[in-house]
Amino acid sequence: MKTRGNPQEDRPMPDTETREQRIFRLSRRKALKGLAAGVGALAIPGRKASALTWQDFLQKNFRELTRAEVETVIARLEKEYSARFKKDVKVKATPPIEGVLYGYGLDLSRCIGCRRCVYGCVDENNQSRDPQIQWIRVLQLEKEKGVDLEHAEYYYNPREVPAPGHFYMPVQCQQCRLPPCVKVCPVQATWKEIDGIVVVDYNWCIGCRYCMAACPYGARHFNWKKAGLPAGEMNPETHYLGNRPRPVGVVEKCTFCIQRTREQPGKYPACVEVCPTGTRKFGNLLDPESEIRYIIENKRVFILKEDLNTQPQFYYFYAT
Amino acid sequence: MKKIWEFFKGTLVLVAKGSKAYYTWLLFLLTLMTIGTFAYAYQLKSGLIVTAMRDQVSWGFYISNFTFLVGVAAAAVLLVIPAYVYHWKPIKEIAVLGEMLAVSAMVMCLLFVTVDIGRPDRFWHLIPKIGILNFPQSLLAWDVVVLNTYLVLNLTIAVYVLYQMYHRREPNKAVFNPLVLFSIPAAVAIHTVTAFLYNGLSARPFWNASILAPRFLASAFCSGPAFMIVIFQVLRKYTKTDIKNEAIFKIAELIAYAMFINLFLLGAEVFKEYYSNTIHLAPMEYLYQGLKGHSDLVPYIWTATFFNVTAFILFLVPQTRENFLTLNIGCVLIFTGIYIEKGMGLVIPGFVPGALGEIYEYSPTGIEILLTIGIWATGFFVYTMLLRVAIPILNGDFHVGDDGVTPVIGDDRFIVRRPGFVSGRSDAEADLEASA
Amino acid sequence: MKGKMPYRACLTAVAAVLLLVLAAPSPDAHGKGTKESPKEESSTLQFPVPPPPFSEGIFPCSECHAEMTPNPKRRKLEEEHTNIVLNHGQGRWCLDCHDLKNRDKLHLISGEKVGFDESYRLCGQCHGDKYRDWKVGVHGKRTGYWNGKKEYLLCPNCHNPHNPRFKPLAPKPPPVRPEDIR
Repeated sequence: MKTRGNPQEDRPMPDTETREQRIFRLSRRKALKGLAAGVGALAIPGRKASALTWQDFLQKNFRELTRAEVETVIARLEKEYSARFKKDVKVKATPPIEGVLYGYGLDLSRCIGCRRCVYGCVDENNQSRDPQIQWIRVLQLEKEKGVDLEHAEYYYNPREVPAPGHFYMPVQCQQCRLPPCVKVCPVQATWKEIDGIVVVDYNWCIGCRYCMAACPYGARHFNWKKAGLPAGEMNPETHYLGNRPRPVGVVEKCTFCIQRTREQPGKYPACVEVCPTGTRKFGNLLDPESEIRYIIENKRVFILKEDLNTQPQFYYFYAT
Repeated sequence: MKKIWEFFKGTLVLVAKGSKAYYTWLLFLLTLMTIGTFAYAYQLKSGLIVTAMRDQVSWGFYISNFTFLVGVAAAAVLLVIPAYVYHWKPIKEIAVLGEMLAVSAMVMCLLFVTVDIGRPDRFWHLIPKIGILNFPQSLLAWDVVVLNTYLVLNLTIAVYVLYQMYHRREPNKAVFNPLVLFSIPAAVAIHTVTAFLYNGLSARPFWNASILAPRFLASAFCSGPAFMIVIFQVLRKYTKTDIKNEAIFKIAELIAYAMFINLFLLGAEVFKEYYSNTIHLAPMEYLYQGLKGHSDLVPYIWTATFFNVTAFILFLVPQTRENFLTLNIGCVLIFTGIYIEKGMGLVIPGFVPGALGEIYEYSPTGIEILLTIGIWATGFFVYTMLLRVAIPILNGDFHVGDDGVTPVIGDDRFIVRRPGFVSGRSDAEADLEASA
Repeated sequence: MKGKMPYRACLTAVAAVLLLVLAAPSPDAHGKGTKESPKEESSTLQFPVPPPPFSEGIFPCSECHAEMTPNPKRRKLEEEHTNIVLNHGQGRWCLDCHDLKNRDKLHLISGEKVGFDESYRLCGQCHGDKYRDWKVGVHGKRTGYWNGKKEYLLCPNCHNPHNPRFKPLAPKPPPVRPEDIR
């Protein structure tokens, strides 16, 4: 009997099967194959897409990649970004440092609401300029009302800050110990690393924005449009989970400048360094000699929306 | 099997043939679907920025429609329980129409979710084993599972029942009963899971209330059946399907009870927020009164509340319930009222004021509206196709021939107005009377 | 010979006592929060600070002041340094901080001279809580490495010692409103 090399088709007909049934079975298989191919064809990148986009499409979640696969991904991304921004872009995948849990302190008695942290962050972390994305939002509050979010002002623009009778509270991702955003992500595109940073795999996020609904601090931001990042303003030192340029349709947020803080020795986040009044403090919560531990032990510290039990690693305090 | 293939070919013949009204209707739907497709292509090209959603209000019109339609789909259970648990004949004959509505509503839900996500090309990330489905931690993962299960379940039940009727035999109870009985908790599950997906978010106090899941179920059992009542009357008038008044009135009565529970739970929510008067009153105040000068949603929610209360009374009082004019007015009022209350009236106040107290007033853009209309047209299209096959099977016009394989189509028209046709009489009798 | 013995014994005793007192370590006043040597207040305390932010050409002060007779009288200066407005506390004047004899130095309350590169020791006398926080890295602008060498700034790098209150700044632009993002 002529064989086709296909075991399913070549096997001899069982006695119970009629000719019609066999034809139907084979044609059904063909039909399903065609259907799968057709549906698959809708989803795949178009003919113009280079090999770059194919691998992009098929890439698995960052946490499932082997060391070698991570390096392939990084090489591919570096090539893509360098071509796009016409500079030598580095993408790191620096792992967490052992024995480190990052903590952040923000001194409410010192913040004057100048927003240099906002723009320092934007410069360091390659946020889209148009449409504008800012990871830090500074709230202007009234001294008489205290921390009353219902009456906060975000678009304040007086000639000088601090405006009399007001104080200022910047808010960014609190890197919660019990992050509601991580709980709700349907594809585990966001998770908490062991050094405490809550990260997003921009190549895995499907853009459902459930995490944005879940965040009590308004800390997560979405790329509603393809990011507008001028090549001249692009920071070429990036981290895969941090400040590398983000694609459209995914969520992003503060990562405690993962590309700076995980270095050895570790640099401060950009917002800490640029703040002119020394409002911002950062360090290792597990190090008893760190600034952040000193603050927690000696200053009046409080947590934003403590009743929600998110247990942030971000502490507001009053130094005076 | 050849029989299934022949049946399938027969359905294709059926849907391709019909009256002028049928073709007009299909053309209308296909036009809307085409416009919707173009709107989606534009959205894919430019990004979701063409919608009015922004970081402050990150879910909008698409998810509002999705939430409402999950409720409509869950409502099939309101027909399934009297039909298959209580074996009440008037509804038993037509329960399959409810299951088909559930299928159409599910298709619409899946389409709304697809057009809402930022990276539809990454849909495969949701498939377990191939991607990562964050089950059971994420309620969205649960929703993916239960919605697809419910769709497949209802489709299987409807197709199985119709196929058996086509072959003029009873469905196999051993297969059929478990599926149907399972569809009851499945219906409750889809809407409870959807409610929990909002409910679990501590960041949004408007949703973080235990009352949300019961309210969802109560309002679901109002909207879907109201639509069914209207469909039944349309089918009764324009096709040979026989639907007894009893069935319709009983459904209307059940809607009245469901609306009572919905209104009672609304009252409970309003009391708690206004009496305790914490900062969590703000979203409800935004919805019903306006907040700091922002009051876009106020006229809508009051309209919805007025519609719901009026409809409740119309359905409750037997005189108005059994009068087809007031009954139909009630159906339209209740469907619209729940659409507003559970759609924009649920999703938007969740985001206003925002997590940091910001107020951003969201109102859908043209692209969102066109795409939404396109998806609704798709849902109607799917339902029309299913009805085009189901009605002839139900009234015996489409059945298997004597050889047990070839289909016989007794009527290849659809949506035909038969002068003098009275439900329960055969064609022959009607023709005789007409010629007399 | 009889009178000289007690005198010598006394001298020896006093010398011995003095030696003992000088050799004993001073009690550790600030136990917590610092890795530096226990002798907190000695001039061996080193913080890596940038140079003091002198006005152009003003330092070394001794270039002018070495030839001048020091005048300790409290007065309003008429001839030089008239651009300096002292707005720091109440009833203060120049020589409360600047040393009378050596203008290249500042002086502590005890009279001990400190250089301008150690001015934090002077400010810390009154502003002890800020000083304590500053040493640990909690007060003031923070740069450097969080798990390595921290970079410190001198007090005058941010606070003008003659008019220390932080001046208001012009804020950077507010964010774009969501309705304006297209």
